[in-house]
Amino acid sequence: MAVFVTRRLIVSFFIVLASTALMYVLVALSGNPLHDLLEYSGPGRAERIADRTRALNLDVPIPGRYGLWLQDVGKCIVPGGNDCTLGLDRAGRPVLPQLQTAIGSTLRLVVAATVLALLIGVVAGIVTALRQYSTFDYGVTFVAFLCFSLPVFWVSTLLKQYIAIDLNNWLADPTMSYAALLAVALIAGVLWAVVVGGERRTRWLVFGISALATFTTLFLLLTTDWFTKPSLGVAGILVIGLGMAFLWAALFAGLRPRTRRVLWTSLATAAIGTVVIVAAQPLMDDMSWLTFFLMALVLVGIGVAAGLVGGGHVKRLAAQIGAVTGVTMTVLMAVDQMLSSYPFVYRATGGRPIPTTGSETPNLHGDFWQTNTDLALHLVLPTLAIMLISFATYTRYTRASMLDVLNQDYVRTARAKGLNERTVIVRHSFRNALIPLATLVAFDFAGVLSGAVVTETVFGWSGMGRLFQTGLTNVDPNPVMAFFLVTAIATVLFNLVADIAYAYLDPRIRLS
Amino acid sequence: MSTDDSQRSESVTEEQPLPMESERIEAQMDRLVAADTDVLGAEPAAADLPVAARSSARTVMIRFFRHKAAMGGLVVLALIVILAFSSVGFGPFPGWWHQDYRVPQNIYNGGRPTLQLWPFSLGKHPFGQDNIGRDYFALVMTGAQQSIIIAFLVGFIGSAVGTVIGAVAGYFRGWTEAVLMRLTDVIITIPLVAIAAVVATIANGIGGVWLLGVFIGLVTWTGLARIVRGEFLSLREKEFVDAARSVGVPSGRIIFRHILPNTVGVIIVAATLAMSSAILLESALSYLDFGVQAPHTSLGQLINVYRSAMGPRPWLFWWPGLFIVAIALAINFIGDGLRDAFDPRQDRQKA
Repeated sequence: MAVFVTRRLIVSFFIVLASTALMYVLVALSGNPLHDLLEYSGPGRAERIADRTRALNLDVPIPGRYGLWLQDVGKCIVPGGNDCTLGLDRAGRPVLPQLQTAIGSTLRLVVAATVLALLIGVVAGIVTALRQYSTFDYGVTFVAFLCFSLPVFWVSTLLKQYIAIDLNNWLADPTMSYAALLAVALIAGVLWAVVVGGERRTRWLVFGISALATFTTLFLLLTTDWFTKPSLGVAGILVIGLGMAFLWAALFAGLRPRTRRVLWTSLATAAIGTVVIVAAQPLMDDMSWLTFFLMALVLVGIGVAAGLVGGGHVKRLAAQIGAVTGVTMTVLMAVDQMLSSYPFVYRATGGRPIPTTGSETPNLHGDFWQTNTDLALHLVLPTLAIMLISFATYTRYTRASMLDVLNQDYVRTARAKGLNERTVIVRHSFRNALIPLATLVAFDFAGVLSGAVVTETVFGWSGMGRLFQTGLTNVDPNPVMAFFLVTAIATVLFNLVADIAYAYLDPRIRLS
Repeated sequence: MSTDDSQRSESVTEEQPLPMESERIEAQMDRLVAADTDVLGAEPAAADLPVAARSSARTVMIRFFRHKAAMGGLVVLALIVILAFSSVGFGPFPGWWHQDYRVPQNIYNGGRPTLQLWPFSLGKHPFGQDNIGRDYFALVMTGAQQSIIIAFLVGFIGSAVGTVIGAVAGYFRGWTEAVLMRLTDVIITIPLVAIAAVVATIANGIGGVWLLGVFIGLVTWTGLARIVRGEFLSLREKEFVDAARSVGVPSGRIIFRHILPNTVGVIIVAATLAMSSAILLESALSYLDFGVQAPHTSLGQLINVYRSAMGPRPWLFWWPGLFIVAIALAINFIGDGLRDAFDPRQDRQKA
């Protein structure tokens, strides 16, 4: 293992070295860096050209310039040095501070899109595999193909032009006519009926229940003015937490008497977690990332402890599901806090809470939750735009991989020895179907980054896409190389992690 | 060929029976299969059950033509290609649409599209006019032509380079493979948009839309190279390759005449899908200002030029976008159909 990682790291180092060299030469050759000055005819033309030549070292041949750039990068690797700049751009400003401001917003976008696409894509893929050749399957297949075929920038512009404006208008005055309510409820009913499937009776039942539930929920939310002052509240956290706890236990442990204890410990975690969250309310006002992670640790710890204490003969499983419930409670806590700070952000953005330009509201001066709410609201539309393609990829691969697994002999064996359907699907099929996804996530990362470059342009973010684009337009290699260094290292590391994860998940593979 | 064998006849078609006889056997088989399924009470005698003496190319073709989505895609793509190339003409050939996309005209009806679906009529400017009065139908058609040409060039060159590199690496092994595959690894670490933008800038410096396609094709071969290498690694150990080598067939001939035909399915599918992503890549590059440049036009470039017109003249934004989506979707469906047709494993899952 250690040998494998070391060898791969060494190989990766040379690969990154080679690709930076290739990229540097290509960027340097991509145009004339003095292009704009040669057309300029004002005073001081010669000095400007001389300045630019000095800034970009144009009197050194390209391989030499690459050497100089490598030297600048080397200064960042050498410990103790404080002249780490990643080179200067053509105006003589160091690149590193620019990269540092750019990397945060891009990373947020890429991570949010990947996580969301992975969650939704895997769930949709599993359900379509289980309901192969159903209406839902065909529907999702068509949507996936459509997502594959959508140009990112086109979708982004559409979202910006139509969704953002309409949504903001609606949020300013959140009312719905009865007809609209009814329409939403009916659509929700049809969707659920199609997803659940089954006999005609079941379908009608599902349709009726989900339509009614949607209608009542929306009606209540609208009449209580929830959309202008949203929050979950203690009751909301408790009810949703208990519901999720029940769901996790039912899904991963089953509700039969043998594993009934898992359900109890999981529900207990949700209940105790709610109490802890209520008790910790004074902490919420000056939260920082450190206290947030401590809080998450406490909640997960409660879950694990509850599982170990009350789990009986299924201790391990109960502890695992307790941990999952703990994470759920953390998420609920964060959602509750962020929803509560929504009115502040709403006022700060002048009543247009879904922004279409920039990655944060300037001069917000909010606390931890308010800042994060603002960031999250800025993420909504760009994330939606770039997750479409990843979503399509994940759905198709999960579906194919799940179908592949369901046809394996060991699944037939599991059925033949009388295991119930839940165990067969969750424990025997689902886990194995996820293995190929490890590689896919690493590979898809580069794709999401490409999408981010385009999306950032549409939404006017000054992220890494901007760094790359202006750098390339100006034939200014150092900013482009800063962008590229980050993506190349990330890609190489992701691939390494994927290989290790693959070997860990599939014992048939040995790292050597 | 015994009747038992012919149930799994796809692999037994190397020696073709005489045409007459093959028809006889085929008829017989159909009857037998029908009888078989009657007894079992299983599926009706589906015609895509393997039947004796059907060449694999024909099997693939039949499977492909049965794929409804793929056929839909094929029809749509054909219609778009015919429309784009016949309307404004191509090269020396004049088209039936007699408005030049470069000439501004008086703005008619606020520049709105005059296309009517029912009763069908094109009107004066079916897709409307842009802000200086140029006919948008002619513009979109010219742009679609360029985008299609670039996509085909990228797909073709990318697949050709990828196939050759993958084949050579997989066949020769050793240091050839090491060098070629490390080269592939190097290019794979670069995000596609980034390297494509850089080579497109270089191509634009030299000039020409065709060159742009060629250059982008030269950086999009990595995925296929890996796939083809994988195929070659397993195929080169097969007996027929040993046989060819032992009678002294030169390596080039073994690669291209003996092994490559066995990987043609994978290559065709990948090439098709490469074309759909090339359409999207070209439009994204043009949108970022790195793709097709001003005197030329393409679908992505049109969206880029008119993105600020989104509010007052939304059609300037809709038409090129819809064409991009339609072309990419059609090619994706064709690719999916080809994959199903070439990959018999899909059949087992359906059964």
